[in-house]
Order: sequence, then structure tokens, then C-alpha cells
Amino acid sequence: MRQPKIIIVGGGLAGLMATIRVAEAGVPVDLFSIVPVKRSHSVCAQGGINAAKNQKGEGDTTAKHFDDTIYGGDFLANQPLVRRMCEAAPGIIDLLDRMGVMFNRTPEGLLDYRRFGGTLYHRTAFAGATTGQQLLYALDEQVRRHEAEGKVKKYEGFTFLSAVLDDAGVCRGICAMDLRSMEVKTFTADAVIFCTGGVGAIFGRSTNSVVCTGSAQSALFQQGVDYANGEFIQVHPTAIPGEDKLRLMSESARGEGGRVWVPRDPADKRPAKSVPENERFYFLEEWYPKYGNLVPRDIATRAIHRIVFQEKLGLQGRQAVYLDVSHIPRETLDRKLEGILEIYEKFLGVDPREEPMKVFPGMHYTMGGMWVNAEDQATNVPGIYAAGECEYQYHGANRLGANSLVSCIFGGGLAGPSAVKYAKNLDKGAEAVDASVFAREQKRQEAKNQELVSGQGSENLMVIWRELGDTMTEHVTVTRINKNLEAADAKLVELAGRFSRVSLSDRTMWSNQTLNFARELGNMLLLARVITLGALARNESRGAHYKPEFPERDDANWLKTTRAKYVSGEIKLTYDPVDISQIPPRARRYDAAK
Amino acid sequence: MAEKKQVIVRIKRRRSPKESAWWEEFALAWRPSMNVIICLRDIAENPVTLDGKKTTPVSYDSNCLEEICGSCAMLINGKARMACSALVDSLEQPIRIEPLSKFPLVRDLAVDRQFMFESLKRVKAWIPIDGTYDLGEGPRVSPEVQEAGYPLSSCISCGSCLEVCPQVNENSKFVGAAIISQVRLFNMHPTGAMHAKERINAVMQPGGIQDCANAQNCVKACPKNIPLTESIAEVNRQAWKQALLGWLIG
Repeated sequence: MRQPKIIIVGGGLAGLMATIRVAEAGVPVDLFSIVPVKRSHSVCAQGGINAAKNQKGEGDTTAKHFDDTIYGGDFLANQPLVRRMCEAAPGIIDLLDRMGVMFNRTPEGLLDYRRFGGTLYHRTAFAGATTGQQLLYALDEQVRRHEAEGKVKKYEGFTFLSAVLDDAGVCRGICAMDLRSMEVKTFTADAVIFCTGGVGAIFGRSTNSVVCTGSAQSALFQQGVDYANGEFIQVHPTAIPGEDKLRLMSESARGEGGRVWVPRDPADKRPAKSVPENERFYFLEEWYPKYGNLVPRDIATRAIHRIVFQEKLGLQGRQAVYLDVSHIPRETLDRKLEGILEIYEKFLGVDPREEPMKVFPGMHYTMGGMWVNAEDQATNVPGIYAAGECEYQYHGANRLGANSLVSCIFGGGLAGPSAVKYAKNLDKGAEAVDASVFAREQKRQEAKNQELVSGQGSENLMVIWRELGDTMTEHVTVTRINKNLEAADAKLVELAGRFSRVSLSDRTMWSNQTLNFARELGNMLLLARVITLGALARNESRGAHYKPEFPERDDANWLKTTRAKYVSGEIKLTYDPVDISQIPPRARRYDAAK
Repeated sequence: MAEKKQVIVRIKRRRSPKESAWWEEFALAWRPSMNVIICLRDIAENPVTLDGKKTTPVSYDSNCLEEICGSCAMLINGKARMACSALVDSLEQPIRIEPLSKFPLVRDLAVDRQFMFESLKRVKAWIPIDGTYDLGEGPRVSPEVQEAGYPLSSCISCGSCLEVCPQVNENSKFVGAAIISQVRLFNMHPTGAMHAKERINAVMQPGGIQDCANAQNCVKACPKNIPLTESIAEVNRQAWKQALLGWLIG
């Protein structure tokens, strides 16, 4: 019998889980990653992973987890697979536990659970405040074991350029670039699973890592993979602003009792600690008494924007509010939140155990992504699968905190066997595809590189990137206004024009990071338009997508999935109905119990 | 009016492992909360040296920029540390930036730390689970073990401990403190402990724990404050016990 082969692009949580599942099925895997997989962006996830284990005797159930997720996502997610994810979550925790993740424990030696946003239950298992790192390492270790046994071959230091599609439009492998030799090569596979993460770099500064550019998604979009719900971008309420990145301050800070506040008097110049309790405005607790500081992220982010921009109550008139954990005992903080408090201390030189932190919302998570079907993570292009943040399936219009890790592992775990099944059922494997199919894709990509390194224009990559980020952050994040979105799209078109006239400051062909970034930026500029045009079209407010001109959710017209297609060089928006077969939509509010 | 504040950085450049190195100096506009990554990005935007010479952007590894991915370790003013958390205001100028010296150079500040990942393979740094299918919960773990294991599990494989170790050099295969500490971690876990012997055997091979000469530089260099010397002592104890037992049994 023919032995199929699977390629996985991306070595974060979803990619590693898919790798393990494919290797377990006895099918060889080639795993591609820009960075050594242990350095993937999943390490940045902090607070925890959700599963309704009901280990605090609160009567939590997977059905409640499912309802919280759908409700939190403002009913935009297709429901059947979300239900399956929530049902699988307790088993995923067990698996991670068996892999040796150093989850925090109760005195009885059981896993401890904390509260997170958008739920009233203690549902979030955690390993300090570096849960993503701990989970990624556990999967990394399992993959290393399979690698040592010869089942997995890693290609670290490679970047994905394009899929190799045969004349029938079936994916037969990938074209990738070795980031040291800058050589462009093709690799055959019967199916390819993409786990390429979020698109933070499109917004310039975000909580995402450097590699989270969305370049792979954009390249695939241009090759015919549909992109769904692009306009849904999560802005996390509590990040530390920085020029190079916005460093996340996990929701777990609030899960452990952290409070968000500003002085009632904006002219108050006293140090935070000496502002008396009755002169502090705990606005989330006041506005949302039931959920308080643990409202979902879109709600908390808009509340902070309201405080800063409408009520003019930002700290000393600046774009900042307090996130305060200084009332929590030091011992608890060190046991449960040390990882994030260290980040604050290291980067700002202030000890948050003593002083409230100064935070502001920052671009964080990509709810939209490559369109996948509702059964097995397959995209609309045969042979291409997607899992993790790069696809759109699980979070609707707003992701609940601590649901991303579970969706990555569930989606990756589903994509692996799905791709294997598809590959085994193929009449004709990739090995039977004519070599010319691979050669022409390689030539096409080499020509793109050649064009970039020989460009003699006057435009500067980094300047274009900064303008892209500023435009997207200003107009396509928290508050969206149609005329601004139109202006943003015009700006994106202008930037794409200027991009064709870039001149690279490095034209060598060894470890040329400038060339690699140029490839990414070209793709980012197009995906930015998909996000912007999706936002412009959607005349309603739902989850993270907020338009003051259309402040209400409009189920009659907009309870539908945006599905962008790339047709003869143009972005076309189409719409699919949402599968609401399990929970009928109802009004979403967090000032009272739902 | 005061002169605009500048940041002067000196960077050791090298186009490839085959070519020789040279130094370049840059003057950058100071801003609050600048770190070394921001300096490198400024240079990428305008790669012109202090004496007005056009050059190329600097190659370097980076990813998370919050000191948890382990990518951006380099020598900054002679000290192995992460570039993202190296704040300009706390550094003496000119800021000297060089690649880690104990790893094969790729280009400029980028090095190849594959050796560390290969070493993790050698010592079987994993829990050998039967499979990913549902087998119920893992073993109970006391908070005490969790609190000891968690810091060990926060190793970001940055390579700082290898960089500062006198035993890591061209003539040695020493795996370094980070790897030995992982042996301790997995031998501590209830399931991992069932296979402790294999890991101890691996770490008693050439390049293993006997190569440690107790300089104790590693623990001072670790950006994550991992108790590396405690790990070495503990694994050493386990190795002696195993060796002695093997000798007694014959």
C-alpha cells in the first residue's frame, strides 16, 4: 500500500498536536517552522486553558462551557464543532496532565482551576501565568520523542511561500524558503496542515510575536483558500504599551482578584496607593456588577476606551488605566501570577506587587482566519487543512480568555487524523504528480525573490510597515467608522502601490531577514484589506466588531459568516449562514447573569 | 536647549561563518523604554553607520520580545542576556553587541543553537505517554513537587548557561546546565520517574554531568532564575547512586 506523507506548517500548539496525531497514525510528517518550534508564539499564552471539569463543586458542565463560548462569541460561531471542542476539553486537560505539564495543584494533588473572563465558573487550569509556554513545551517534548524515533522530520528555519497546486487545483505540497541559504525549494505531500497563528504584525504593534504576520494565510488566500470573518480582531484590554510590542498582562490577573480602576478625579496627581478607596472608580465593577472585572475582552476594552476617550479619565490624561493586584497577598501572587508580574517588573522597573500596573488595550487575537468546514478542519482547497489561530472556526465574534489553547489543541488534534484519512483515500498520491508542477511553483517564487532583491525604487520596507500598522490600529481595531474604514482601505491600496517600489537594504543571499520580511509584508498588505473590507461591509456591532453608527447586533441582516474569496486578483466578500442549530441567539449582556 | 539624546551601539558584524568579523557603530535617537531590539529595528529602518556609511540591517533572532521564547540571547556589553529585556537606560554606552560565542554563527548576531535541542533528545527529556487517546487523568502531584518542577520547566533554551560555562568549548561535548536540569525535572515527575534510569544513563555518557567543573556561572546567567546548580547537584547524586548500585550488583 502507498505510504502517504503529511506536511505541517507551523509548530505552535496546533501544529505540534497535529504532528503528534499524524505520527501516532504511523504516517511520516515533515514539520516546517520559521523558528525552532520551542520558540513558537504559543509560549506567550499566559492565563490558562478552559475545561469544564467542575472541580470546585460549582455544577459546571461542558454544556455551560459551550453556552459561555457561543454567547461570548456573540453567536457568530458555527455551533456543532464548538460543542465538540467543549466536550473534548476535559480529556485534553487529562492528556496534558499525563504529558507532565506542571499545572498548579490543590493540596489534594489535583489540578487547580481559576476564574477567567466571560464565565462565572472556575474553569481554567493553569501553570503559573505561563500556561502557554508549559503546554507548548509538553507537546514539543512529545514531538521530539517522535522525531528521535524517526517519525517526524523538522524543517526549522524555513518559511512557507506557497502551496503547490496541480492542474486540478489539488494541493500536492509546498514551496518554502530556507532562511539561511535563502534557497527556494518544493516539498511533496499528500495533504498539508497549516497552523500558522495570528496576524498581529498587520497592526504594527500587538501582543503577538514577530512571526505572527499572517503571511502564510494571505499567500494561501491568493491561491484560492477562502478567508472567513477577517474583520473580527480581538483587542485585549490589558497590555503594557511598548514601542516594539504590546506586552500582555493576562486576564488571570483579574481572575485572581485584580481590579481595574482610575481616580475619579482626572487631575488627581497622588501616587495610586494613596488614593483612598472612595475616590477610586472601579468602572468595570460598577458598570457590570455580575461579571465585574471578568467581563469578556471586547466589553472591557470598550469600557477602557470610554473611560479614556469619552470620560477623559485616563491616568494623568494619558492612555492608561490601573490594573491593580497590589491588595493580593504576595505569596499568592508569586505562586499564581509570577510570570506576568516579572514581565512588568523587568520591562518597566516597577514591582506590581507594590504599585498598580498601568495598562491599555492592545491588538491581541485573530478570531477570523482561513475558512474550514464544520467537520474536519479542511479548507475549500483539496489537500489543505488549517488549525489553531489561523482558522476561523471556534470563537465567533469574540474569543473568551483561555479558550484559545483548547481550540488549538482540539483543532490540531482533529486536523491530523483528518488529513491522514484524506491522504490515504487519494487515488493518486503526490509522488505521481508531474515534476513540472513543482518546478513551475518554484520558478514563480524565485522570480518574486528576484524582483524584490533587484528593486531599485525609493520606498523603505520599515516605513511602509509602520504606516500599515498605524492605519490598521487607528481605524480597524476598537471603534470602526465607515468613512475611516474607506480611508484606511484607500491607504492600504496606496501602500501596496508603494510596496512595488521598495528597495531592499540587503540584497545578499545568506540569512537575509530583510528579503524574508519583504515577502511577509507584501502578503500582510493584502490580508489587511480583507480585514478592512470585511469590517466596512458589516454594518452592525457584534462582539469585537463595534460600529457606533450601527451600535446594535443585527441578526436579521448580519447573522452570517463573512467569507472572502480572491477572484482574478480582486477580494470578493460572500456570506454563509451560521449554524445555530444548538443554541438560539439571544441578547448578549454582562451587567446581569445571562 | 539640550542636545537630542543619542544612543551609541557597537555591533560585531559578520556576513557568514566563512567571512571574518568587523565592528560597526551606530548613533540612534534615544526614546524612553528603549531596548536592544528597538535599537536593531532602528538600524534596519536606516542602516547607516555613525560615520555615514551605508550598510545592511543586522541579522538576529527574535520572536516573543517578552523573554519567554528564548530567541534573542546575545552578548550585550560582554554579558549573555536577552536583547528584548536589555533596556538601553540600564546599559553603559557605547552598547557593545556581539553574538553568543559558544554556538555556530549564522550571520551577525544570529547563531545556531540546535545542539541544545539535540541534547534534549539524548537525555530523553519527555514523559513517555502511551498515546494521545483517552486514558483518564494523570497522576496526582503534590503542590510541593509542582512548585519545585515548575521553575525547572520554565527553561527557554536561550543558551546563556552554555555561553558562560568554561566547560563548554571547542574541545568538549558538555551538554550544559539547562539539559541536566531537564533530567532533574523529568525524573521528579511521578511518570517520568519510572524512566529515570534511562535519563541518568544518558547523562553519564561523554559530555554528560561529569564534565561539570562546578564553576557555577550558569546559575548567575540564567534569565529565568532557574536553580541550575541545585539541579546539577541532584542529578549528580542520582548518577552516583545509579553508578554505585550498578557496581554493587555487578
